[in-house]
Amino acid sequence: MEESTTLTKIRERFGDAVLSTHSRLGEDTVVVARSHIVELAGFLKEDPELRFDVLMDLTAVDYWKRKPRFEVVYHFLSVPFLKRLRVKVPVGEDDPEVDSLSALWRGANWYEREAYDMFGIRFRGHPDLRRILMYPEFEGHPLRKDYPIDKRQPLIGPRD
Amino acid sequence: MSTPSDATKPALKEFGTKVGEQEMFLNVGPSHPAMHGVIRIRTIADGEFVKDAEIDIGYLHRGFEKHCESSTYTQCFPYTDRLNYVSPLINNFGFAMAVEKLMGLQVPERCEYIRVIMSELSRIGDHLTCVGASAMELGAFTVFLYMMKAREWIYELVESVTGARLTISYARVGGVKGDLPAGFEDRCRVLIDKVAGVLDEVDTLVTRNRIFYDRLRDIGVVTQEQILSYGITGPFMRSTGIEYDVRKAFPYHVYDRFDFDIPIGERGDNYDRYLVRMEEMRQSIRIVHQALDTLPAGPTNVDAEGRVISPDLMADLGKFGKTAGLLKNEVLIEPTLAGSEKKFHSGVYADDREAWLPAKEQIYSNIEALMNHFKIVMLGHGLRPPKGEAYSCVEGGNGELGFYVVSDGTDRAWRVRCHPPCFPIMAGLHEILRGGQIADIIATFGSVNMIAGELDR
Repeated sequence: MEESTTLTKIRERFGDAVLSTHSRLGEDTVVVARSHIVELAGFLKEDPELRFDVLMDLTAVDYWKRKPRFEVVYHFLSVPFLKRLRVKVPVGEDDPEVDSLSALWRGANWYEREAYDMFGIRFRGHPDLRRILMYPEFEGHPLRKDYPIDKRQPLIGPRD
Repeated sequence: MSTPSDATKPALKEFGTKVGEQEMFLNVGPSHPAMHGVIRIRTIADGEFVKDAEIDIGYLHRGFEKHCESSTYTQCFPYTDRLNYVSPLINNFGFAMAVEKLMGLQVPERCEYIRVIMSELSRIGDHLTCVGASAMELGAFTVFLYMMKAREWIYELVESVTGARLTISYARVGGVKGDLPAGFEDRCRVLIDKVAGVLDEVDTLVTRNRIFYDRLRDIGVVTQEQILSYGITGPFMRSTGIEYDVRKAFPYHVYDRFDFDIPIGERGDNYDRYLVRMEEMRQSIRIVHQALDTLPAGPTNVDAEGRVISPDLMADLGKFGKTAGLLKNEVLIEPTLAGSEKKFHSGVYADDREAWLPAKEQIYSNIEALMNHFKIVMLGHGLRPPKGEAYSCVEGGNGELGFYVVSDGTDRAWRVRCHPPCFPIMAGLHEILRGGQIADIIATFGSVNMIAGELDR
């Protein structure tokens, strides 16, 4: 299958930092090395032929027992060109840390907080990385595959 | 009045514990009547003005995504009902579409039309709730009553089709649960025309009302830059003049066959959002009318004699092995307590054995259908999309509702991610509230149509 122009462009620009690409089910996907995510996101946002100006979604997937264990998944949307792009960043279990995109999109702030809350992935350079859906005293990260679904944690009383 | 220097400005972690001399910490919610679901807005007020605000969410978190990982694909539908519980049908179809994309299923044309009709009815219900409730909060109680009355008609239609009002679980992977009941088309036309009448009444009541106008115009202004930076979609985005609607931009189902307009605003304030929502309801009514006009007849059943029997009679005949004539009959299902009956037939289900739950008349009369049924229903079998990932989105009441599904080839999803349209709006709400008055928090928050079910998941 012929590669889409978006993917070709990214490949040309980033070379070895692009680990793989595919367009299965018509969805352009780029897997990129962790070190290059901010650079890639800035490129996607600013390049006049791409202009992926909306960070539609940011989440993570826990591929338990696979290495690297986590994948941070970004979905971009280009409003002028009506195109979508998925970017994935593999992250290891020992050092689950990615650079934050909150300087590029203010919306990344809450998405990254959620990914941190649910998966324990830290975002370097995030202005205010703390839990968002769970309460501060909650232990563990519920969407990790090794967090049992029926685990109960004690309810906490009112704070100050 | 002195403004505190940066040195005395409270650090975010200690938000609300230290404020400047002239300022007051004001906590709105989580159990404040205007905070719709459950949400907490912590504000620093300087007199009547909001100096800063922080939104606190998570009060309705119930682990939707975690539950979906431990349930089969079909079992996820009841959970999706509870995301945006004001327009649950749209969530249902959104999730079904993501799984269908993974499996490469094509649903029948009639089913696509049914999904469009039901989605648009839900959208009307969603906007009615939003406009009605926010008008009530501004003192226009009549509007609320009128709109709830209209929503009731919509719910009656939904109930006649799905058997329930809110937790409908109507969609299935590859189709919908059952066909439209007899006489639905006529009833639907009558009721949506009545809804259009209510919209006109409300229009007369408040659109040019001085108080209503002053409370909304130029309040809660959001700029295009903010919209793009936060990734906000839906009526919020369109109120600033960006013409983006998933139904037009990435047409799904059969939306590209209908003639409808996307209303856009200019200023991005509460009043524009009100107008956008009102117009969207009218456009939805247009779509429903067109869809009813062109609704294709489904491939009717193997109905040689035109006989229709009740499901219990069919089950009895099947148990005693009297299956010879069953294929010639259609079965009627009665999903509602009111006894609204309808047919289940292949016209609303994808023609694919991987997904299609065979009709009861098939199950009781031939072994292939029985095995097919078993393979889909029994534990450890079920729908098995191939390994892979898919992101699929629909236009929900508040914006783009996306589902990102990762399959590992088993009958349970490895990961289901729901992108809720409210989430980015709430992420940016503090910027919209900042600089406004305390009383305007209610008006602006009302225009968000925040649904905690999908926000907190």
